[in-house]
Formats: sequence, structure tokens, C-alpha cells
Amino acid sequence: MPRVLLIEDDAAVRDGVTLALRRRGHEVAAAASGEDGLDLLPAFRPDIVLLDLMLPGKDGFEVCRRIRADRQLPIIMLTARGDDLDVVLGLEAGADDYIVKPARGEVLEARIRAVLRRTALPADGDTGPAEPGPAPVETYGELTVDRAGLVVSKGGTDLPLAPSEMKLLLFLSATPGQVFSRQQLLEHVWEHSYHGDARLVDACVMRLRTKIEDTPRSPRYVQTVRGFGYRFGPL
Amino acid sequence: MKRPRSAGRPRRGTLTRSLPRGLRARLVVAFLLVAAVSALTTAALTYREARNAILQRSQDTAIKDLRGQVNSLAPDLAVPPTRADVDEFSRQLDRSGKARDWDVYVQYKGLAENDRSQLRNPVIVPAELRESVETRHVTAFQRVDRDGEPWLLIGMPVMQSQTETRTASPLSVYAQLPLRAEEANVEALVSAAQRGALPVLGLAVVPALLAARGVLRPVRGLRQAAGRIAEGKLETRLEVKGADELADLSRTFNDMAAKLEESVADLRRMEANARRFAADVSHELRTPLAAMTAVTDVLDEDADALDPDTASAVRLISQETGKLARMVEDLMEVSRFDAGAAALHLDEVDVAETIRKTLQARAWQGRVCTELPDGVRARLDPRRLDVVVANLVGNALHHGGEPVRVLLRAPEPGDGRLVIRIVDSGPGIDPEVLPHVFDRFYKADSARARSEGSGLGLAIAMENVRLHGGTMRAANCPDGGAVFTVELPLPEQETGTAAGPPEAAGETGRAPADENGPADTDGGQDTAGGGDHPAKSQAAAPAGKADQT
Repeated sequence: MPRVLLIEDDAAVRDGVTLALRRRGHEVAAAASGEDGLDLLPAFRPDIVLLDLMLPGKDGFEVCRRIRADRQLPIIMLTARGDDLDVVLGLEAGADDYIVKPARGEVLEARIRAVLRRTALPADGDTGPAEPGPAPVETYGELTVDRAGLVVSKGGTDLPLAPSEMKLLLFLSATPGQVFSRQQLLEHVWEHSYHGDARLVDACVMRLRTKIEDTPRSPRYVQTVRGFGYRFGPL
Repeated sequence: MKRPRSAGRPRRGTLTRSLPRGLRARLVVAFLLVAAVSALTTAALTYREARNAILQRSQDTAIKDLRGQVNSLAPDLAVPPTRADVDEFSRQLDRSGKARDWDVYVQYKGLAENDRSQLRNPVIVPAELRESVETRHVTAFQRVDRDGEPWLLIGMPVMQSQTETRTASPLSVYAQLPLRAEEANVEALVSAAQRGALPVLGLAVVPALLAARGVLRPVRGLRQAAGRIAEGKLETRLEVKGADELADLSRTFNDMAAKLEESVADLRRMEANARRFAADVSHELRTPLAAMTAVTDVLDEDADALDPDTASAVRLISQETGKLARMVEDLMEVSRFDAGAAALHLDEVDVAETIRKTLQARAWQGRVCTELPDGVRARLDPRRLDVVVANLVGNALHHGGEPVRVLLRAPEPGDGRLVIRIVDSGPGIDPEVLPHVFDRFYKADSARARSEGSGLGLAIAMENVRLHGGTMRAANCPDGGAVFTVELPLPEQETGTAAGPPEAAGETGRAPADENGPADTDGGQDTAGGGDHPAKSQAAAPAGKADQT
């Protein structure tokens, strides 16, 4: 069962969510502040982090960036503010998904499973039709994509891509030049069983660009097709 | 509908271009008109006066000369004269007038007319002139036009001064002299007037343009300032110069802009306050609800193991918590709409797929028949469309009656509208209630008021449709059941792409629809007509589609 680290300052919510998730068989560790959560991280080694956005001291965005800097851990933002701005900021800080409070136990559970499922990299049979060829390493400009080893390197140095960024890059680069709408990407890469949000795609593309592009402002690899969506290349 | 409009537009354009509509053009034209009228009037009056004066003077001198010649030569004429005497007299007169170049004809009453052909220019005397000279014995003159040349014709009776009383002698003298020189003078006058008037008109353009500029510059400034205000630059002010009407106008404009800026600032402040309040309320309500909602399923699961009273209390708490959570969500959504904070995140989506997902996510596929042609792509906010469809279908399931049908009509090329209908088979909506179904907290049936929903669902759906620029209507089918019709506008280019590349998808999508019986457009019309009968025949269709998804 997945190990969940819950970082939430409100005691009632912390207890409620912990109770609901424990009942569903998760192992839950709860932290009342971002600092506590970061301290708990190395010892508890969670599979996923549920992170409240409004925290005393270090807020959720900061904590999210700190976690992202060290490890590729799936993060779900737990936000009481459903406003667009918070959602976008949270996603841009590196969250894989967001849940607007209040949410029922089964919704939390479903979203955790969805994020875990899609961030579990396609090592087991899910790799798709690009696999059978003998040359799984593809080169696009300075970018080298090793589909089998799931390593992306640029100019010889490996890039630390988060799971959703890796999946997005693998999907887009499988058919260079083809344009995908945000909705299509949401359907294929995020495999949303619930109703998805195109902002997930935008935020993820933005994060991916900061890692793989020379100048994220004028992207070379992941290009925007105005009014439609994104495509990989042509270089 | 679009063709004739686009054809009509350029015609109107050329019409406006052919007429000088601008203020500057009108001012210049008016100025030139005034200048032209005054120049013409002055010229015409001057011309008339000058012409009369010139002609008068030449007449007077001609008559005086003729009379002098006649008076000096007439006494030598024998009385009664013979033909030869008269001819001689006339020749003498003619010769004496060489300087004036006149032709003379002398008439003596009782003497036969002589042959006039020997004269250089035959003198033709009109009857009236002859009568006034020969019967009334007065000197008369007349200006005549002969072969396009102006001539002065003078008739003069000769008085007999030999006797005591001056009596009219039977002798009359007629002379005609050309007015060519005088006419030339007059013509010179006209051309001088013309030569003067044209440059004057040309010169009038300069002050006209200057005057126009003087008026137009402030007007242009005013227009630009109004434009800037319309763009939202409310700090725009005009420079007030002088004390004329335009300065007054500028001052009034500045006052208006100041007032506008002030009230807009007030509105913004209020809007920001409302937004902050909504956000604060949202946060404060959601936090306790988050704790409660997370554990409600725990309560539900354990209720069975508790004693009956505690169990029903626990179930009630769980149920009401869910309702409260939904209500808070709805209120937040409404306040976001009211604060103008609801943003549209447009994306190109497959409409049928989006609707199917909405039903799937709420496990409604089994309870709803769908007629969703594939390949209908539109640019809209999928999250908001989900809210709309979910609210309408939920409303139909809870308040209407099953079977509920969701119908999507593929837009015709160039139609520009996407139509989604949700039809239920319940008793329909009370006609008195119908106008209020989209009102907030309006409950159609007070007994059912607390059964489900907050009374905000349809209002929120309506706001979402409006945000897309679409419309939503509620109506009753003739034989029972309510129809909610959502019409969403498709931007021009979107209908173009829908007719273009996804053609293949549309074709493949249409084939199974045909197999299922009524084509999609027919189905749509049936519901509009209120037919409930196709529902049965369609029951097989959604089952097949549900398997596909």
C-alpha cells in the first residue's frame, strides 16, 4: 500500500484525512508544517506527498520546490482556494495534481492512485509501440531520449525530469511534428479517469521547457501551436 | 445570411466615400460656397451696372452726333425733296458719320422706297420702331442682334423748324451702328471678373482649411481622448485653452472623465472586496468541511455496526456534510461569477467525448440515453461544459423522470452554433415556474426542496453557458417532459475547421448513427416537436456506444 506523507497545518483536516486514508490501507505520516514535513521525508520515504498550500512558515509552493529539488516524488496539492491563480501557481511549482478541499475520502484515494499510476514510469508493458525496435535511444538535436532506460540527457548530462514531465516528453517525441491539443495530451499522458484540467498540461510543459530548452521563452523542442496545442519539433 | 451582408458592405463603403462626409470637407465646401456666392453676386451686379453705363454712354453720344449731323444738313434739303435729294442727303449723312461707322437710311413720307441693296448693310427697321418714329415723332433706339453681332438702331424724326411751330416733317432718319467695341469692353469686364473670381475661390480654400483645422484639432483631441477612455485609460484629460465653446466642452469632458475614474475606482474596490470576501469565506468554510468530508465514508461504513439510532444519526451527519460541501462549492462558484472572477479556459475538445466523460464520471451512463455524433469539435472550456451538462442531467434525473436523453446536434457548416438538448420524460415543468427555473435558490417544488441540490445548480449552469456567450432555454414537450436547450456559439474559424480536417471522423461517426435509426438531425427535431416515441428505438444506441468508450 502506498505510503503517504500529509503536510497540513489544520489539526482537524490532518486527523480527518489521516483517518480516511488509514482506513483505506495507506500508511500515513502527518506533519503540521512544511519544515516538519521536509524533516520527515528521508526517514519515512513516502510514495506520494499530499501538500496543503497555505502553511505557516514555508508555504506549500516553497515546500513543493524543496521536495522537487531533491527527489522526483509525486506531489498532490491540497488547496482550500479553488481559485485559478492558486491552482496554476501550485502546478507550476511542480505539483502533479491538485485537489480542492473539501474532498471525500474516496476522491482522495482515487486521485492518489491516478497520480501514482501515471507517475509509475512505463517500465512494465505500458511502454507502447515504440519499444520493439533495436534502437531505443533517439537523438533530437542536443537531446538524447533513451526510451528503455528512461533517461533523457542533453549535451551528455542527464536531465532530472519529474515523472509526468518524462511521460509527456516520451509521448510527444514518439511522433515528432504531430500536434496534440491539451485535451488529447490530458487523455493520453495523464490518463484521467476523472475530468481533467488543461492547466495541468500547460504547467507541465512549462516545467519541462525550463529543463530541456536552451531558452524556455523561445522553445525549440516542445513548441506551442497557437490556439491548438503542442508538438515536438520539428527541429 | 452572411453573403448578402458582405455584399452590401462595400456598396455602403463606396457611397460614403463618394460623399464628402468628414467635418473638414463639409467646412471647406461650405466656405467655398459662401465665397463663390458672394463673388458671383458682386460680379453679376458690377457687370450689369458697368454694361448699362457703357451702352448708355455710347447711345447718348451716337444720338447726339446723329442729331447734330441731321440738324446741320437738313436745312439744305429741298422741300419737297426728290428721290435724288433724299439719296444725296442720306449719302451725306453716311459720309459724315464715317468716324462712327454707321449706316444711314432716310425715309421721306410719300416718296417711294428706294432700292436698299446698294447700301453696305441694309437697315432693317422693326415695325414698332418705325411706328414710334413716324407716327409719334419721337427719337427711339433699340438694341438688336444681327448675325450674332450687337447693333444699335436709332430712329429720328426730323422737325421742320422753318415755320413758326415746330411740326414733324415727313422726313425720318434711321441709323444703325455696331456695338462691337462696347461689347468687347463688356466682355473684357466679364473675363476680368472671371479671372478675379477663380483665384479668389482658390485663395478661399486656405482660410477654409485654416478654420477647419482650428475647429477640428480640438474635436480630434476630444475623439482621441474619448477613445483612450474607452480603452480604459481613465486618467486621460484634455488641455483647456481659451474660453470658447470648445474649451467648455473640454472642461465638461474632463469633469466627466474624473467622475468616471472615481466611480470605476469605487467599483474596482468593491469588486476586490467582494472577491477577497469570497476567497476568505471559501477558505474558512472549506477547512472544517475538508476534515468532515474526508471521514464521512468512514462514518457510513461503520454505521451498520452501530445501534439503529446512532446509525441514523451518523448517516444523517454524513449526508448533510456532503450537502453542505456541495452548497459551499456552489456558493463559491456563484460568487466567482458575481465578482467577475470566472475565467474561461478555452480548449479544442471533442464535444461528444466530453459529454460522455461527464456521464461516466458520475456513473450515469446506464440511466441516460445519448445521441452524440462523433467528430464535433469545438473550442470551449471543458470544465465548464462538464458543469453545465452535469447540472442539467442531474436536474433531469432528480426532478424530471427517466429515461433522460442527451442530444448533441452537429453544427451545419456555417451555422456557428452548437446545440445540446437534455430531455426528460417526467411530468414537465409547471408553466408558472418555467420563467424562474434559472433563478438562484428557486425551488420548483417546496416538498422536494431539500431532497437534492442547493437550488443553485441551474443558475450556475446558466452562468457557465453565458460565459461562453451562449444561451440556455427551458421548455416543455407537448406530451410531457422538460427540454433544456443549450446553444453555444462556435467562433467563425472553428466551424471552418469542423467542416475541414475532421471530415473523415464525421463520416465514420455518422454511419453508426444511421444504423441506429433516426439520423441525428431528425432526432433533434423530434424532441423539438416533443415526440417522446423515439426514445425507445434509441435505447439500443447508447448501449453500443457505451461499449465503445
